[in-house]
Amino acid sequence: MDIFDFSDGREGYYGEYGGVFLPEILHATIEELLLCFRECKADPKFWQEYVSLLQNYSGRPTPVTYLENLSRELGGAQIYVKRDDLNHTGSHKVNNVMGQGLLTKRLGKKRVIAETGAGQHGFATATMAAKFGFDCKIYMGAVDVARQRPNVFWMENLGAEVISVEDGQKTLKDAVNECMRDWVTNMADTHYILGTACGPHPFPEMVSWFQSIIGLEAREQILAQTGRLPNRVYACVGGGSNAMGLFQGFFDEPNIELIGCEAGGEGVGSYMHSARLAYDDASVGVAQGYKTYFLQNDEGNMNETHSVAAGLDYIGVNPIFSHLHDQGKVRFEAATDSEVKETLKLTMRTEGLIPALESTHGFVVALKEAATMAKDEIVLVNMSGRGDKDIFTIADALDDAKWKSFIEGKADQYRAERN
Amino acid sequence: MGLETFISERKQHKDLLVMAHVVCGYPSFEANMQELEIMEEAGVDLVELQFPFSEPSADGPLFVRANEQSLKAGTTVEQCFEFMALASKRFSFKVLMMGYYNTVFKMGEDVFVKRLKAAGGVGYILPDLPIEESDKLHRLSAEAGVEPVILMTPTSSDKRLAQLGAASRGMVYAVARKGVTGSKTSMDDDVVSLIDRCREHTNVPVGVGFGITSKADMDFLRGTADLAIVGTAALKTWEQSGAEGLKKFFAELMG
Repeated sequence: MDIFDFSDGREGYYGEYGGVFLPEILHATIEELLLCFRECKADPKFWQEYVSLLQNYSGRPTPVTYLENLSRELGGAQIYVKRDDLNHTGSHKVNNVMGQGLLTKRLGKKRVIAETGAGQHGFATATMAAKFGFDCKIYMGAVDVARQRPNVFWMENLGAEVISVEDGQKTLKDAVNECMRDWVTNMADTHYILGTACGPHPFPEMVSWFQSIIGLEAREQILAQTGRLPNRVYACVGGGSNAMGLFQGFFDEPNIELIGCEAGGEGVGSYMHSARLAYDDASVGVAQGYKTYFLQNDEGNMNETHSVAAGLDYIGVNPIFSHLHDQGKVRFEAATDSEVKETLKLTMRTEGLIPALESTHGFVVALKEAATMAKDEIVLVNMSGRGDKDIFTIADALDDAKWKSFIEGKADQYRAERN
Repeated sequence: MGLETFISERKQHKDLLVMAHVVCGYPSFEANMQELEIMEEAGVDLVELQFPFSEPSADGPLFVRANEQSLKAGTTVEQCFEFMALASKRFSFKVLMMGYYNTVFKMGEDVFVKRLKAAGGVGYILPDLPIEESDKLHRLSAEAGVEPVILMTPTSSDKRLAQLGAASRGMVYAVARKGVTGSKTSMDDDVVSLIDRCREHTNVPVGVGFGITSKADMDFLRGTADLAIVGTAALKTWEQSGAEGLKKFFAELMG
């Protein structure tokens, strides 16, 4: 199955989803990007350069780890984890960012902009910009700036300018809007490093292509370690880039079930979640440059979304998944905030792994289902990011009293130093 | 009467028409009505009624806030159409819907053109709907007798302008510069050459918008463009100095 083999006149469409819905002023910019991307995709040397960059700079290939303790404890399927948390900057975001960085060079552009939710994509973009010598501006919702200060700190120290977006819901979607506004002004020298497989064509295809490195590696690794392919493959889905990355290693296997794990927030019926496909609250719409399922009202205005994980707290989902969901090729489930907190504690204590809150959503569903499966079955989960650098958020999520008193002490110390 | 006919009739009496803009429900529909009264009195020829959207990614800060506040106050599509019906009956200028495509998509394109026509709207501006995605909507519009306003921009190639020109009906909106609504544009040779390039590819009237704020801008465009499109400057004036300020703004602009 090649989902990127578009039929005539339907380039950029996955079933009825995708497309390009942008202001006319960006038409030439998108054409230029599409042309450049087609050249890169057709050029084996580009892919080689990309892989070698990630090997030398980001530690790829990342390993696949067998969770022996947890598999034994749950008594069901054998659990394996793809470790994209071991990338430089701590998540899979760096794959796409390094790829688009190489593409920015080819485009001859000197400035990059990016939206960020949890801060992982902004952090990776700031890192890439420092390495490649690009000017860099990161747009981040004010709510996310408040909950992810450590990432803001690193982005700024890496030389990026971080803009706190005060409009709308002040989260990821509003940061995307601000990027669009910057881009329509500065497209001559600026490339927009979109962080997930959403937005106008060719972004869903391009981001999926760069992230496919996860699935290519994982497929070989699990075969080498177990002599067979997994029965089920799990990944969290915000925009959907890490899941697209991993799933592409297994798309052609009819017997492998692919499961996308969305942010259930406060659960079904709460309207405080970001589950576009797992729950029934979303409908098809057009916003932020593309057509897909959005959490919106009857008049097409976006609803408030929520997740304990800022990186999943988003109104839309990549158009490829909307199509694969309709076709029944990917199943979507949701994990709630409270399930995520419990599972995070479990993986820390049992396996010494600290997944990011986003990635923990994949673990919730995988562990729940693994327990009901046979011992000779295998599940593979994507650990798309590491949680230890999100210490403020996780400490809050776990309501850790000792951490709080430490922060109070630090605050007292800073106040005393200032006075 | 269609948009193009209306513009050519009005152009027999004056050389540069004016299209103004309000965001429906911001600060309130009562205030919108007052703004329209002032526009009518000043001799404004066309008014865009913007239907608020939660993700107005082509708009600058002032309109972004206006969209947000209007939605927060509970503005609905139904209210916007009711207001449009009221305005189109009461005033001599013509009204257009301005907004984002999702508003149209969610109600259905066929329903949209019918409701627009019923409310007396002569056309619509959807900045995030490219012509590649417009075939069905344009066909339905032609059947219903309303017209899409196509945007032409300084970054459009000649090939692209030819495609845009072929799809243009009613009037063309020439975007004077890159960027979002609401910052100043320097009226210079670039704007003139943009209008010339637009005219090479379309026969419908050409309006120029983005950053028009003053009588000097109007004088510059006279004899070159058919319409001057004024958005943010009027809303800014209303916010800073209310009805009296807006009267003065239009008197100076069109004086």
